[in-house]
Parts: sequence; structure tokens; C-alpha cells
Amino acid sequence: MTKTTEDQWPMWEVFLQSKQGAPHEHAGSLHAPDAEMAIQNARDVYSRRNEAISIWVVRSEDIISTSPSDAGPFFDPATDKIFRYPKFYSIPKGVRGV
Amino acid sequence: MAEFDVKTRELLFNYILGIADDRLILGHRLSEWCGHAPIIEEDIAMANIALDCIGEADAFYKLAATFDTEGRSADDLAFLRDSTEFRNVQLSEQPNTDFAWTIARQFFTDAFYVPFFEELAKSSYEELAAPGAKALKEVKYHLRHSREWILRLGDGTEESNSRLQDAVDNLWMYTREFFEFSDSVKLLYELDIVPDNSALLEKWKETVLPVLKDALITIPEDPPYFATGGRNGLHTEHLGHLLAEMQVLPRTYPDAKW
Repeated sequence: MTKTTEDQWPMWEVFLQSKQGAPHEHAGSLHAPDAEMAIQNARDVYSRRNEAISIWVVRSEDIISTSPSDAGPFFDPATDKIFRYPKFYSIPKGVRGV
Repeated sequence: MAEFDVKTRELLFNYILGIADDRLILGHRLSEWCGHAPIIEEDIAMANIALDCIGEADAFYKLAATFDTEGRSADDLAFLRDSTEFRNVQLSEQPNTDFAWTIARQFFTDAFYVPFFEELAKSSYEELAAPGAKALKEVKYHLRHSREWILRLGDGTEESNSRLQDAVDNLWMYTREFFEFSDSVKLLYELDIVPDNSALLEKWKETVLPVLKDALITIPEDPPYFATGGRNGLHTEHLGHLLAEMQVLPRTYPDAKW
């Protein structure tokens, strides 16, 4: 039997915070019927070994993403603009506290 | 270790075995889902809960072993006793049947073990209070998991509702053994070692009844009699089959080591 997307519960993206003050980082995704079950599943699938002190889940379809075809205009122009990097500028002698 | 007289040691041995057997048999039942659950996320969730239960059983078997006059180890107690020596409630050994039965069995058990471990954690006997406190954190999560599933199955589709109703109707008669307060338990209670189980029935109902109602499940009428006897080694036919599978390896290769 071929599974179609209609057979599946919605997909959720899971973000874990490893310690206080650390950012929530993407851990993976899973299927769940609703938010509460997504949180529970995330706990069981991605935090079995004490990986998290906090979990976020968000519906995958709610994430807005760049598309691969945007990659050129979005990201390439940055590569030849070395003046955007701090190393481009030499710091005059005598300047302190930088 | 605290000093207890011979009689108290025997009572404690049997009492602690009851807890350990409840957790082991339920854990083994849950482990039967491994690789067969409806979805991978639930497969992992049930395996996690099974491992929690078996870990709790291990802690209580180790404590029970310190009171065993035959000098058996935790492994001996788990793998070398026959069904008539097991003291778990009959609810634990009931077969998985389907996902709804598994969840109903779990929910009824969790709704007892949360308040039970809360009380056990206050025991004056520290060796018993400590594993109770550790287990409490785990069963609180188990209850959250099983309660959410009761709500979703009951208030889900016509099919999931009727399967859960069937499970609740069939398992209802096994829900009173947790609250038996036998004379031997009473003696331990009077020594401030164990809680009064019978007092937990009201708490159990406060947990169970509103959730079943919200899940659109009809609360069954109380049956003519409730199942009893598990604490004294009286079991349904299902336990023997479970033990045969669970114990085959250590019984076939008695010296096998991990």
C-alpha cells in the first residue's frame, strides 16, 4: 500500500534548548496529531538522554524558507565583499579596548 | 540498614515484591509493542515507558532481595519464580489486545501509581522512600502520556471511541486490587513504613472519572465482583504465557551473563 500524505499526521519541527540561556536549536522533525502530542513525542524521540531543558515545536508548514533557486541572488553577493568582515580593517596603533 | 524483626522483614519482602512485580510485568507488556506500535514516535514512547517500568522494578527487586530468606538476587526474583509466586495485580498482566487496551491499562495503573509513589516517598524507611521518589517523576510523565491518549482515542473517531470503550469495560473489574489494604499491609502501615492504599481510591477516581467523561467514555457499572488475588499469587491465564517468554533465556542458560 502506498502511503499518501493524507494518511499521515502533520509534520512538526522540534527545537531543543540544552541549557539555560542557550538558544533553542533544531533537532529534527516528527509526526503528531496536535501540539501537545508533538511535545510529548519530541520528549520521547529527541530528549531521551537528557538533551534538553526546554522544547519548542512548530508546524513544519508554518516555517517560511528560502527556495534553492534563491540561493544565488540571496547568498553569493556576500562572498566578494571583504569589507563586510572585521578583518578587512586594520586598527591604528594606540587604539585600546577594541 | 534499618533493623526490622523477622516478621516485619517477611512482610516487607512480600510488599516490595508486589511493587516490583507490578512494574516488571507492565514493563514487559509494553515492551511487546517494540517494533509494532502504530507510529514510530509512539513506538519509541512506549519503549521509553517500558524501560522506566523495568528500571523501577530493578530498584525494588534489589531492595526486596535484602529481605529474602533464600538469598536470591534481583535477577533470580525476576526470572526464576513461577507465576504463583508473582505478586503483581492482575491488571498488569492483561494482554495488549489493541492500542486502546494498552492505553486504558496504562492509564488505570498510572492514576494509582502517581499518588502511591507520592505517599511511598514519605516512608520512614529511607531505602523504600528513595526509589519511590525516583519513580514518582517517571510515573507523572506516564500519566500525562496515557491521559492525553485516553482523550484523543475517546474523543477521536467512532472506531477509536468504541475500541476504548471496549477496553475500559473489560478492564474495569481489574482496577480495585491496587487499593487492597490487607492485614499484613496494615501492620507495615502502623509502623509508618507504607501508605494506606485504600485511602488512594478516592484520588484515583478523581483522576480517572473526569478524564473518561471528557473522552466521551461511559463509566462502567461496577461489576458483581472485582478481580482479586494477584498479591497472593493468584493470576489470570495470561501471566504464565508472559513469564514463559520473559524467562526462557535465563532459565535455558542459567549462567548466561550480559
